[in-house]
Amino acid sequence: MTLVYPRESNSIHAPRLSPAYKSTTKRAPQKPLVIMRHTLSELTGPAYGHEAVRENDHDLTIQHDGEPLGERIIVHGYVKDEDGRGVANTLVEVWQANACGRYIHAVDQHPAPLDPNFTGAGRCKSDDKGYFRFVTIKPGAYPWGNHHNAWRPAHIHFSVFGHSFVSRLVTQMYFPNDPLFAFDPIYNSIPDENVRKRMVSSFDLDNTKPDWALCYRFDIVLRGRNATPMESK
Amino acid sequence: MSGKPVSGITPSQTVGPYFKYGLTPGTDYRWNDAFGNNLATPDAVGERIRIEGQVFDGDGKPVVDSMLEIWQADGQGRFADQTQGTLANTAFRGFGRVGTDASGAFAFDTVKPGQVPDPDGKLQAPHILLAVFARGMTMQTYSRIYFVGQAANATDPVLALVPSERRNTLMATKQGAAYRFDVHLQGERETVFFDL
Ligand SMILES: [Fe+2]
Repeated sequence: MTLVYPRESNSIHAPRLSPAYKSTTKRAPQKPLVIMRHTLSELTGPAYGHEAVRENDHDLTIQHDGEPLGERIIVHGYVKDEDGRGVANTLVEVWQANACGRYIHAVDQHPAPLDPNFTGAGRCKSDDKGYFRFVTIKPGAYPWGNHHNAWRPAHIHFSVFGHSFVSRLVTQMYFPNDPLFAFDPIYNSIPDENVRKRMVSSFDLDNTKPDWALCYRFDIVLRGRNATPMESK
Repeated sequence: MSGKPVSGITPSQTVGPYFKYGLTPGTDYRWNDAFGNNLATPDAVGERIRIEGQVFDGDGKPVVDSMLEIWQADGQGRFADQTQGTLANTAFRGFGRVGTDASGAFAFDTVKPGQVPDPDGKLQAPHILLAVFARGMTMQTYSRIYFVGQAANATDPVLALVPSERRNTLMATKQGAAYRFDVHLQGERETVFFDL
Protein backbone atom coordinates (compact mmCIF):
# COMPACT_ATOMS: atom_id res chain seq x y z
CA MET A 1 0.00 0.00 0.00
CA THR A 2 1.47 3.33 -1.05
CA LEU A 3 0.13 6.29 0.83
CA VAL A 4 0.25 9.99 0.11
CA TYR A 5 -0.10 12.76 2.66
CA PRO A 6 -1.95 15.69 1.09
CA ARG A 7 -0.85 18.98 2.58
CA GLU A 8 -4.44 20.26 2.48
CA SER A 9 -5.38 17.81 5.21
CA ASN A 10 -3.38 19.97 7.62
CA SER A 11 -5.59 23.00 7.00
CA ILE A 12 -7.97 21.98 9.81
CA HIS A 13 -5.33 22.41 12.52
CA ALA A 14 -5.10 25.38 14.86
CA PRO A 15 -3.02 28.32 13.68
CA ARG A 16 0.40 28.01 15.28
CA LEU A 17 -0.09 31.51 16.60
CA SER A 18 -3.36 31.37 18.54
CA PRO A 19 -3.12 34.49 20.74
CA ALA A 20 -5.98 33.50 23.05
CA TYR A 21 -3.71 30.62 24.07
CA LYS A 22 -1.06 32.97 25.38
CA SER A 23 2.06 30.86 25.37
CA THR A 24 1.80 30.45 21.58
CA THR A 25 2.94 34.07 21.21
CA LYS A 26 6.55 33.27 22.15
CA ARG A 27 6.66 29.77 20.72
CA ALA A 28 4.92 29.82 17.35
CA PRO A 29 7.36 30.15 14.44
CA GLN A 30 7.05 33.60 12.86
CA LYS A 31 8.80 33.07 9.57
CA PRO A 32 6.96 31.21 6.81
CA LEU A 33 7.37 27.45 6.90
CA VAL A 34 9.27 26.10 3.90
CA ILE A 35 7.12 23.96 1.62
CA MET A 36 8.85 20.88 0.22
CA ARG A 37 7.98 17.61 -1.43
CA HIS A 38 7.81 14.62 0.86
CA THR A 39 10.84 12.38 0.41
CA LEU A 40 11.51 8.90 1.71
CA SER A 41 12.48 10.50 5.04
CA GLU A 42 9.01 11.98 5.51
CA LEU A 43 7.12 9.05 4.02
CA THR A 44 8.57 6.47 6.38
CA GLY A 45 8.16 6.45 10.12
CA PRO A 46 8.97 4.69 13.31
CA ALA A 47 7.50 1.23 13.43
CA TYR A 48 6.99 0.59 17.04
CA GLY A 49 8.97 -2.30 18.44
CA HIS A 50 6.14 -3.49 20.72
CA GLU A 51 8.37 -4.61 23.53
CA ALA A 52 7.77 -1.57 25.73
CA VAL A 53 4.03 -2.26 25.90
CA ARG A 54 3.47 -4.50 28.87
CA GLU A 55 0.37 -6.60 29.36
CA ASN A 56 -1.53 -4.20 31.62
CA ASP A 57 -0.23 -0.86 30.37
CA HIS A 58 -3.65 -0.11 28.86
CA ASP A 59 -5.33 -0.27 32.29
CA LEU A 60 -4.50 2.81 34.35
CA THR A 61 -6.55 1.52 37.29
CA ILE A 62 -4.35 -1.45 38.17
CA GLN A 63 -0.86 0.05 38.18
CA HIS A 64 -0.71 0.38 41.97
CA ASP A 65 -1.51 -1.63 45.08
CA GLY A 66 -4.99 -0.16 45.43
CA GLU A 67 -7.64 1.18 43.09
CA PRO A 68 -7.63 4.87 42.19
CA LEU A 69 -10.52 7.07 43.29
CA GLY A 70 -12.91 8.45 40.72
CA GLU A 71 -15.26 7.30 38.02
CA ARG A 72 -13.89 4.22 36.24
CA ILE A 73 -14.29 4.48 32.47
CA ILE A 74 -13.46 2.56 29.31
CA VAL A 75 -12.07 4.59 26.40
CA HIS A 76 -11.88 2.81 23.10
CA GLY A 77 -11.92 3.36 19.36
CA TYR A 78 -10.04 2.97 16.13
CA VAL A 79 -6.96 4.62 14.71
CA LYS A 80 -7.74 5.15 11.03
CA ASP A 81 -6.18 6.75 7.99
CA GLU A 82 -7.93 9.30 5.79
CA ASP A 83 -9.53 6.54 3.74
CA GLY A 84 -11.10 5.05 6.86
CA ARG A 85 -8.80 2.04 7.01
CA GLY A 86 -7.65 0.93 10.42
CA VAL A 87 -4.03 1.68 11.25
CA ALA A 88 -2.74 -1.61 12.62
CA ASN A 89 -0.09 -2.14 15.28
CA THR A 90 0.49 1.50 15.98
CA LEU A 91 1.48 2.82 19.38
CA VAL A 92 -1.16 4.80 21.29
CA GLU A 93 0.07 6.63 24.38
CA VAL A 94 -2.11 8.51 26.89
CA TRP A 95 -1.55 10.69 29.92
CA GLN A 96 -4.05 12.53 32.07
CA ALA A 97 -4.92 14.20 35.36
CA ASN A 98 -6.54 12.22 38.16
CA ALA A 99 -10.21 12.45 39.13
CA CYS A 100 -9.51 15.66 41.05
CA GLY A 101 -7.85 17.37 38.10
CA ARG A 102 -4.32 16.98 39.45
CA TYR A 103 -1.37 15.69 37.42
CA ILE A 104 1.36 13.70 39.05
CA HIS A 105 3.82 15.95 37.17
CA ALA A 106 6.17 17.79 39.58
CA VAL A 107 5.30 21.17 38.07
CA ASP A 108 1.55 20.83 38.66
CA GLN A 109 0.75 22.77 41.85
CA HIS A 110 -3.05 22.74 41.59
CA PRO A 111 -4.20 22.39 45.21
CA ALA A 112 -6.13 19.19 44.64
CA PRO A 113 -5.03 15.87 46.06
CA LEU A 114 -2.75 13.43 44.32
CA ASP A 115 -3.99 9.86 44.30
CA PRO A 116 -1.36 7.38 45.51
CA ASN A 117 -3.03 4.75 43.35
CA PHE A 118 -2.99 6.69 40.11
CA THR A 119 -0.09 7.68 37.86
CA GLY A 120 -2.18 8.64 34.84
CA ALA A 121 0.02 7.18 32.09
CA GLY A 122 -0.92 4.37 29.75
CA ARG A 123 -0.10 2.88 26.39
CA CYS A 124 -1.23 0.18 24.04
CA LYS A 125 -0.76 -1.01 20.50
CA SER A 126 -3.70 -0.92 18.11
CA ASP A 127 -4.69 -4.37 16.88
CA ASP A 128 -4.72 -5.51 13.26
CA LYS A 129 -7.89 -3.48 12.62
CA GLY A 130 -6.60 -0.34 14.35
CA TYR A 131 -8.66 -0.92 17.48
CA PHE A 132 -7.41 0.27 20.87
CA ARG A 133 -8.90 0.18 24.38
CA PHE A 134 -7.98 1.78 27.69
CA VAL A 135 -9.44 1.46 31.17
CA THR A 136 -8.94 4.54 33.31
CA ILE A 137 -10.53 7.11 35.60
CA LYS A 138 -12.46 10.09 34.27
CA PRO A 139 -10.07 13.03 34.69
CA GLY A 140 -11.19 16.19 36.46
CA ALA A 141 -11.17 19.73 35.10
CA TYR A 142 -8.25 21.84 36.29
CA PRO A 143 -7.34 25.52 36.48
CA TRP A 144 -4.47 27.03 34.52
CA GLY A 145 -2.84 30.43 34.35
CA ASN A 146 -3.77 31.51 30.85
CA HIS A 147 -6.31 34.13 31.97
CA HIS A 148 -8.53 34.93 34.93
CA ASN A 149 -10.57 31.91 36.04
CA ALA A 150 -9.23 29.70 33.25
CA TRP A 151 -10.16 26.02 33.49
CA ARG A 152 -9.36 23.21 31.10
CA PRO A 153 -12.28 20.97 30.17
CA ALA A 154 -11.66 17.38 31.28
CA HIS A 155 -9.40 15.70 28.73
CA ILE A 156 -7.05 12.79 28.09
CA HIS A 157 -3.84 13.53 26.17
CA PHE A 158 -3.22 11.16 23.24
CA SER A 159 -0.05 10.52 21.24
CA VAL A 160 -0.28 8.39 18.08
CA PHE A 161 2.21 7.43 15.36
CA GLY A 162 0.61 6.04 12.21
CA HIS A 163 2.31 5.14 8.94
CA SER A 164 4.89 7.89 8.63
CA PHE A 165 6.67 10.67 10.46
CA VAL A 166 4.19 13.16 8.99
CA SER A 167 1.17 11.23 10.28
CA ARG A 168 2.40 11.77 13.85
CA LEU A 169 -0.37 13.22 16.00
CA VAL A 170 -0.55 14.54 19.54
CA THR A 171 -4.04 15.60 20.57
CA GLN A 172 -6.51 15.71 23.44
CA MET A 173 -9.71 13.74 23.85
CA TYR A 174 -12.64 15.51 25.50
CA PHE A 175 -15.92 14.33 27.01
CA PRO A 176 -19.38 15.12 25.61
CA ASN A 177 -21.24 18.27 26.66
CA ASP A 178 -18.51 19.79 28.77
CA PRO A 179 -19.66 23.25 29.94
CA LEU A 180 -16.06 24.50 29.74
CA PHE A 181 -15.75 24.08 25.95
CA ALA A 182 -16.94 27.62 25.23
CA PHE A 183 -14.25 29.12 27.44
CA ASP A 184 -11.18 27.05 26.57
CA PRO A 185 -8.65 28.70 24.21
CA ILE A 186 -6.91 25.39 23.50
CA TYR A 187 -10.09 23.60 22.42
CA ASN A 188 -11.16 26.68 20.48
CA SER A 189 -7.78 27.11 18.79
CA ILE A 190 -9.24 24.82 16.12
CA PRO A 191 -11.09 27.32 13.90
CA ASP A 192 -13.91 25.09 12.60
CA GLU A 193 -16.52 24.05 15.15
CA ASN A 194 -17.28 20.80 13.34
CA VAL A 195 -13.60 19.91 13.29
CA ARG A 196 -13.34 20.67 17.01
CA LYS A 197 -16.05 18.11 17.68
CA ARG A 198 -13.79 15.38 16.29
CA MET A 199 -11.86 15.66 19.55
CA VAL A 200 -14.97 14.99 21.64
CA SER A 201 -15.59 11.37 22.50
CA SER A 202 -19.10 9.99 22.40
CA PHE A 203 -20.83 8.16 25.20
CA ASP A 204 -21.05 4.48 24.22
CA LEU A 205 -23.88 2.74 26.06
CA ASP A 206 -23.50 -0.46 24.02
CA ASN A 207 -20.01 -0.97 25.36
CA THR A 208 -20.66 0.34 28.84
CA LYS A 209 -20.05 -2.55 31.21
CA PRO A 210 -23.03 -3.10 33.54
CA ASP A 211 -22.22 -2.58 37.21
CA TRP A 212 -18.64 -1.66 36.33
CA ALA A 213 -17.76 1.26 34.02
CA LEU A 214 -19.13 3.79 31.53
CA CYS A 215 -17.66 3.64 28.06
CA TYR A 216 -16.56 6.43 25.71
CA ARG A 217 -15.78 6.02 22.03
CA PHE A 218 -12.95 8.01 20.43
CA ASP A 219 -11.80 7.44 16.85
CA ILE A 220 -8.58 9.03 15.67
CA VAL A 221 -8.01 9.82 12.00
CA LEU A 222 -4.40 10.27 10.91
CA ARG A 223 -3.00 11.68 7.69
CA GLY A 224 -2.39 9.27 4.86
CA ARG A 225 -4.54 8.13 1.98
CA ASN A 226 -4.25 5.70 -0.85
CA ALA A 227 -2.04 6.91 -3.65
CA THR A 228 -4.14 6.81 -6.80
CA PRO A 229 -3.09 8.76 -9.88
CA MET A 230 -5.86 11.29 -9.27
CA GLU A 231 -5.04 11.94 -5.68
CA SER A 232 -1.30 12.12 -6.02
CA LYS A 233 -1.45 15.15 -8.31
CA MET B 1 -18.33 -0.78 14.44
CA SER B 2 -15.27 0.11 12.34
CA GLY B 3 -17.58 1.23 9.55
CA LYS B 4 -18.20 4.78 10.74
CA PRO B 5 -17.65 7.29 7.94
CA VAL B 6 -14.37 9.16 8.06
CA SER B 7 -14.78 12.91 7.88
CA GLY B 8 -11.27 14.27 7.97
CA ILE B 9 -8.26 14.04 10.20
CA THR B 10 -8.26 14.57 13.94
CA PRO B 11 -6.91 17.99 14.84
CA SER B 12 -3.72 18.35 16.85
CA GLN B 13 -3.67 19.84 20.32
CA THR B 14 -0.67 21.02 22.27
CA VAL B 15 1.37 18.41 24.12
CA GLY B 16 0.99 20.77 27.11
CA PRO B 17 3.30 21.17 30.11
CA TYR B 18 2.67 17.81 31.77
CA PHE B 19 3.70 15.15 29.25
CA LYS B 20 6.90 14.13 31.00
CA TYR B 21 5.57 11.40 33.28
CA GLY B 22 3.80 9.77 30.34
CA LEU B 23 6.13 10.28 27.37
CA THR B 24 9.62 10.92 28.77
CA PRO B 25 9.51 9.71 32.39
CA GLY B 26 13.10 8.51 32.64
CA THR B 27 13.57 7.48 36.25
CA ASP B 28 11.57 10.39 37.70
CA TYR B 29 8.16 8.75 37.62
CA ARG B 30 6.64 5.33 38.09
CA TRP B 31 6.41 4.66 34.38
CA ASN B 32 8.93 3.52 31.81
CA ASP B 33 10.25 5.12 28.63
CA ALA B 34 8.95 3.65 25.40
CA PHE B 35 11.72 5.50 23.57
CA GLY B 36 14.97 7.10 24.57
CA ASN B 37 17.61 9.39 23.16
CA ASN B 38 20.19 6.71 22.43
CA LEU B 39 19.57 5.25 18.98
CA ALA B 40 23.04 3.78 18.49
CA THR B 41 22.44 0.09 19.00
CA PRO B 42 25.72 -1.86 19.18
CA ASP B 43 25.11 -3.29 15.71
CA ALA B 44 23.99 -0.05 14.01
CA VAL B 45 25.86 0.80 10.84
CA GLY B 46 27.44 4.24 10.78
CA GLU B 47 29.70 6.70 12.52
CA ARG B 48 28.70 7.21 16.17
CA ILE B 49 27.70 10.80 16.81
CA ARG B 50 26.23 12.84 19.63
CA ILE B 51 23.98 15.81 18.92
CA GLU B 52 23.52 18.35 21.70
CA GLY B 53 21.48 21.51 21.75
CA GLN B 54 18.99 23.75 23.47
CA VAL B 55 15.53 24.96 22.56
CA PHE B 56 14.82 28.70 22.86
CA ASP B 57 11.60 30.74 22.72
CA GLY B 58 10.98 34.19 21.23
CA ASP B 59 12.55 35.91 24.24
CA GLY B 60 15.67 33.77 23.91
CA LYS B 61 14.69 31.90 27.05
CA PRO B 62 15.34 28.17 27.23
CA VAL B 63 12.23 26.08 26.66
CA VAL B 64 12.29 23.65 29.56
CA ASP B 65 9.13 21.74 28.65
CA SER B 66 9.55 20.70 25.06
CA MET B 67 9.89 17.24 23.55
CA LEU B 68 12.00 16.43 20.53
CA GLU B 69 11.63 13.41 18.31
CA ILE B 70 13.98 12.37 15.52
CA TRP B 71 13.66 9.93 12.63
CA GLN B 72 16.55 8.91 10.44
CA ALA B 73 18.19 6.33 8.22
CA ASP B 74 21.23 4.36 9.30
CA GLY B 75 24.75 4.92 8.02
CA GLN B 76 23.88 3.20 4.76
CA GLY B 77 20.77 5.28 4.15
CA ARG B 78 18.36 2.53 5.17
CA PHE B 79 15.18 3.16 7.15
CA ALA B 80 13.91 0.58 9.61
CA ASP B 81 11.14 -1.51 8.13
CA GLN B 82 7.56 -0.45 8.91
CA THR B 83 6.34 -3.88 9.88
CA GLN B 84 9.43 -5.30 11.55
CA GLY B 85 10.52 -2.10 13.30
CA THR B 86 14.13 -2.77 12.43
CA LEU B 87 16.29 -3.82 9.50
CA ALA B 88 17.01 -7.44 8.84
CA ASN B 89 20.60 -7.30 10.07
CA THR B 90 20.51 -4.67 12.81
CA ALA B 91 18.45 -3.61 15.81
CA PHE B 92 18.73 0.02 14.71
CA ARG B 93 15.29 1.65 14.63
CA GLY B 94 16.12 5.23 13.73
CA PHE B 95 13.66 6.83 16.11
CA GLY B 96 14.48 8.81 19.24
CA ARG B 97 12.65 10.94 21.76
CA VAL B 98 13.87 13.25 24.50
CA GLY B 99 12.47 15.98 26.73
CA THR B 100 14.39 19.20 27.32
CA ASP B 101 15.81 19.67 30.82
CA ALA B 102 15.81 22.64 33.21
CA SER B 103 18.18 24.52 30.89
CA GLY B 104 16.23 23.67 27.75
CA ALA B 105 18.95 21.24 26.75
CA PHE B 106 18.70 17.92 24.97
CA ALA B 107 21.03 15.33 23.44
CA PHE B 108 20.80 12.36 21.10
CA ASP B 109 23.34 9.60 20.67
CA THR B 110 22.99 8.06 17.25
CA VAL B 111 24.79 7.28 14.02
CA LYS B 112 25.40 9.69 11.19
CA PRO B 113 22.77 8.88 8.55
CA GLY B 114 23.67 7.93 5.02
CA GLN B 115 22.11 9.49 1.94
CA VAL B 116 18.52 8.78 0.95
CA PRO B 117 16.88 9.70 -2.34
CA ASP B 118 14.39 12.47 -3.08
CA PRO B 119 11.25 11.68 -5.15
CA ASP B 120 13.26 12.00 -8.39
CA GLY B 121 15.87 9.55 -7.19
CA LYS B 122 18.42 12.26 -6.54
CA LEU B 123 20.42 11.68 -3.37
CA GLN B 124 19.81 14.08 -0.51
CA ALA B 125 22.57 15.14 1.85
CA PRO B 126 22.69 13.26 5.15
CA HIS B 127 19.96 14.60 7.40
CA ILE B 128 17.81 13.72 10.40
CA LEU B 129 14.14 14.66 10.64
CA LEU B 130 13.21 16.56 13.76
CA ALA B 131 9.79 17.18 15.31
CA VAL B 132 9.48 19.69 18.13
CA PHE B 133 6.52 19.57 20.53
CA ALA B 134 5.91 21.97 23.41
CA ARG B 135 3.43 23.75 25.57
CA GLY B 136 2.47 26.80 23.54
CA MET B 137 2.80 24.90 20.27
CA THR B 138 -0.58 23.88 18.86
CA MET B 139 1.11 21.09 16.93
CA GLN B 140 4.61 19.81 16.28
CA THR B 141 6.89 21.71 13.95
CA TYR B 142 9.23 19.82 11.67
CA SER B 143 12.82 20.64 10.90
CA ARG B 144 15.87 18.84 9.55
CA ILE B 145 19.30 18.42 11.07
CA TYR B 146 22.04 18.58 8.42
CA PHE B 147 25.78 18.35 9.07
CA VAL B 148 28.07 21.29 8.42
CA GLY B 149 30.85 20.77 5.90
CA GLN B 150 29.20 17.92 3.96
CA ALA B 151 29.93 18.23 0.26
CA ALA B 152 26.43 16.88 -0.50
CA ASN B 153 24.83 19.90 1.19
CA ALA B 154 25.65 21.97 -1.87
CA THR B 155 23.36 19.89 -4.08
CA ASP B 156 20.68 18.90 -1.57
CA PRO B 157 17.26 19.54 -3.14
CA VAL B 158 15.60 20.48 0.16
CA LEU B 159 18.33 22.87 1.30
CA ALA B 160 18.01 24.48 -2.11
CA LEU B 161 14.46 25.54 -1.18
CA VAL B 162 15.69 27.38 1.92
CA PRO B 163 16.78 31.02 1.61
CA SER B 164 20.58 30.86 1.69
CA GLU B 165 20.87 33.21 4.67
CA ARG B 166 18.77 30.83 6.78
CA ARG B 167 20.41 27.53 5.81
CA ASN B 168 22.85 27.71 8.70
CA THR B 169 19.94 27.24 11.12
CA LEU B 170 19.70 23.67 9.79
CA MET B 171 23.39 22.84 10.24
CA ALA B 172 24.68 20.83 13.17
CA THR B 173 28.15 22.22 13.85
CA LYS B 174 31.06 20.31 15.34
CA GLN B 175 31.75 21.35 18.91
CA GLY B 176 34.39 19.21 20.51
CA ALA B 177 33.40 15.59 20.17
CA ALA B 178 29.72 16.38 19.65
CA TYR B 179 27.57 18.17 17.12
CA ARG B 180 25.67 21.24 18.25
CA PHE B 181 22.13 21.93 17.02
CA ASP B 182 20.05 24.61 18.74
CA VAL B 183 16.37 25.16 18.02
CA HIS B 184 15.12 28.76 17.99
CA LEU B 185 11.33 28.80 17.83
CA GLN B 186 11.31 32.51 16.96
CA GLY B 187 13.58 35.49 16.50
CA GLU B 188 16.46 36.51 14.28
CA ARG B 189 17.94 33.04 14.37
CA GLU B 190 14.59 31.25 14.01
CA THR B 191 15.20 27.70 12.88
CA VAL B 192 13.86 26.83 9.46
CA PHE B 193 10.70 24.76 9.86
CA PHE B 194 9.09 22.83 7.05
CA ASP B 195 5.44 22.66 6.07
CA LEU B 196 5.04 18.92 5.69
FE1 LIG C 1 -3.83 18.46 30.24
